[in-house]
Amino acid sequence: MIAVILALLIVPLAAAIACAVLPATLAPVITPVSGVACFALVLALIPAAGHRDLNYLSYLRVDALSEIFLLATGFLYGAVTVYSVGYLKHHDLDQDQHHRDRYARRFYAGLNLFGWAMLAAPIMGSLALLWIAVEITTIVSALLVAIEDTDGAAEAAWKYVLIASAGLGLALLATVFAYFAGSQILGEHYNLAISPLIASAAHLPHTPVRLAFMLAVLGYGTKVGLFPVHTWLPDAHSEAPTPVSALLSGALLATSFYAILRFYQVASGNLGSGFPRDTLLAFGVASLLLAALYVFGQRDIKRLLAYSSVEHMGILAIGVSFGAPVALAGVLLHVLAHAAAKGNAFMGAGVFTVKFGTKQISALRGGLDVLPWSGPLFLLAVFALSAMPPSGIFRSEFQIVYGGLDSGNYAAAAVLVVLITVVFVGLTASVTRMLFTPASTRSARALTRGEPSAWMVVPVVAGVAVLLILGLHPPGELTGLIARAVTQLGATR
Amino acid sequence: MSGVQAPGVYEGAANVIAAGMLLLEFGMLRQALVRDQIRLYMAQSALISVLAIVIAADRNLPDLYALAALSAALKVVAVPLVLRRLLRRVGLDDEEETVGVAGSNTLSPATAVLAGIVLAAFGFFCFGALGIHGPAAPALALALAAAMVLVSFGLMIVRRDVASQAVGFFSLENAISLAALVVASGLPFILETGFLFDLLVAVVVFGMLIRAHHSRAESLSTADLTKLQG
Repeated sequence: MIAVILALLIVPLAAAIACAVLPATLAPVITPVSGVACFALVLALIPAAGHRDLNYLSYLRVDALSEIFLLATGFLYGAVTVYSVGYLKHHDLDQDQHHRDRYARRFYAGLNLFGWAMLAAPIMGSLALLWIAVEITTIVSALLVAIEDTDGAAEAAWKYVLIASAGLGLALLATVFAYFAGSQILGEHYNLAISPLIASAAHLPHTPVRLAFMLAVLGYGTKVGLFPVHTWLPDAHSEAPTPVSALLSGALLATSFYAILRFYQVASGNLGSGFPRDTLLAFGVASLLLAALYVFGQRDIKRLLAYSSVEHMGILAIGVSFGAPVALAGVLLHVLAHAAAKGNAFMGAGVFTVKFGTKQISALRGGLDVLPWSGPLFLLAVFALSAMPPSGIFRSEFQIVYGGLDSGNYAAAAVLVVLITVVFVGLTASVTRMLFTPASTRSARALTRGEPSAWMVVPVVAGVAVLLILGLHPPGELTGLIARAVTQLGATR
Repeated sequence: MSGVQAPGVYEGAANVIAAGMLLLEFGMLRQALVRDQIRLYMAQSALISVLAIVIAADRNLPDLYALAALSAALKVVAVPLVLRRLLRRVGLDDEEETVGVAGSNTLSPATAVLAGIVLAAFGFFCFGALGIHGPAAPALALALAAAMVLVSFGLMIVRRDVASQAVGFFSLENAISLAALVVASGLPFILETGFLFDLLVAVVVFGMLIRAHHSRAESLSTADLTKLQG
């Protein structure tokens, strides 16, 4: 298995370097190969990670929990790299070849590097290396947000890098206090390894652990997009190139949530489950409420989807706060299903923006008439996001709500259901107008029926397949993996 | 007063250095010109390296000498150099600072410092009350580090230009380094170097984004960054 893990760390990095130095014509070949290969490598890890923790070279570690997040990132990285090939064919058509080559080289190198950092984060066996990996994701993705070279992109990138770096500063403080707590028991030369910290959690001093958990929720929460530190998120998601938006939303937010879960494991082993769960519940409900208020009246399709991401991260936090095994299983399934559904939604929105040449919802009309594949697929993606059966998100949210009722959190479960419904109304109201209202402007009516590129449809179809599999009948290997991760998270009623 | 003991050399030095760093942080909050802020940042970073050497000598941790040297090379030399070159390239030399940078304070210096004192007091007393300390971790220096974290956040908030905001972020990083040195001086060297390397990359990226911003907006002010709302 060590070969697979090392390959996961080497392949995307090698692809990034190759894209940066080789001729630009090779990048659209190298990148999808790297993306699909990484997804295959992640799939190959499922059986082993479902049965034991894999520890190698003292700093590499894959257990069931990290494998779940690797799966989400691996799938989305694979899908997005394929999608990018079609996306870039329609980008900057008015520019000369030299300019387009330079853009393509930077874009593909950055995309692979971004994928590499996100795949590396869950593999890191030490909280310090985890922090470094998350920080690298920030730096690389800030450059990818800025790559469009527009006023909006420059503004979004600056806000993103400043707010996220400041947040990660707090996460670094959390890491420092985790070291302080760990070194009291494990000695001076403790290297912040995750397993011994969790194993000795019960004996650690309480105050530093409590402090570390709060700082981690606030610090990593900045990158998750939890209220009130979510403010960079809608800007960055709307101004980044669409493939990057999909990765930001489906994979990056989840990777940061993974970091919070690691601190949660330590905190709940040390403080009991009350304090960590209450904290996550408060942040989760506030985020969900914010998203429910802001999905109404959004004019930009990508901003709309960004607020939906805030909603889903809130659902994850609430799900963990319920603590029942079935709710935690729902949370982990939700990570996977959200990656597929949100990736699909962003990729679908990207086809719309390429076809219509704008992100404004009011100008996107008659989608079903001009986009024979992407129109219906986008509708399916939004229904999936709104937890319509038989999508995987229906199953995961059902489990979370059931877990909430089962563990006696009636009020929180009721709030969850109400707010999810509100978001559903806001999301579908905008999207049905985009698809079913006939085009009114002359330029929109003049569009011919047809897809911009098959490369932009295939990964979305793959996403639908994943959503159906997760919703109808998750494979046995996967449910075994989730069950193992749930025990690691210390599920209790 | 038999219960009160004079602090040892190490603890006293750590406390004095932490207090000095907090004062420099206030200096940055008050300074109108970015180049003066960068000078104060250099002094603050130099203090961090001195503290690392004191701890290395006191607790016999040879790794920390190397860390002090690396940290000095990076924060006293490289980061200010990068920032100054950047300012020159966008047309701000030592003689003049264009509109949008000098005095980009949203508050008057006196109000900003008063707000900083409130923040610092809040952080200081909160952390003091937590009572986190060990043989290697003087509680006073840690509380001062917490105060510094909050003041550097204040600095980023009250300034309306990208260069000062970046300096504010780097001083936030100094505050965290101070906390890390006080609480986690035994952290393995490889991890500490990882953090420093990461800072270096962040500086380069901050610089690229500042240049991108300047080439679009023709100034370093963030007053125009208001298009993305809602």
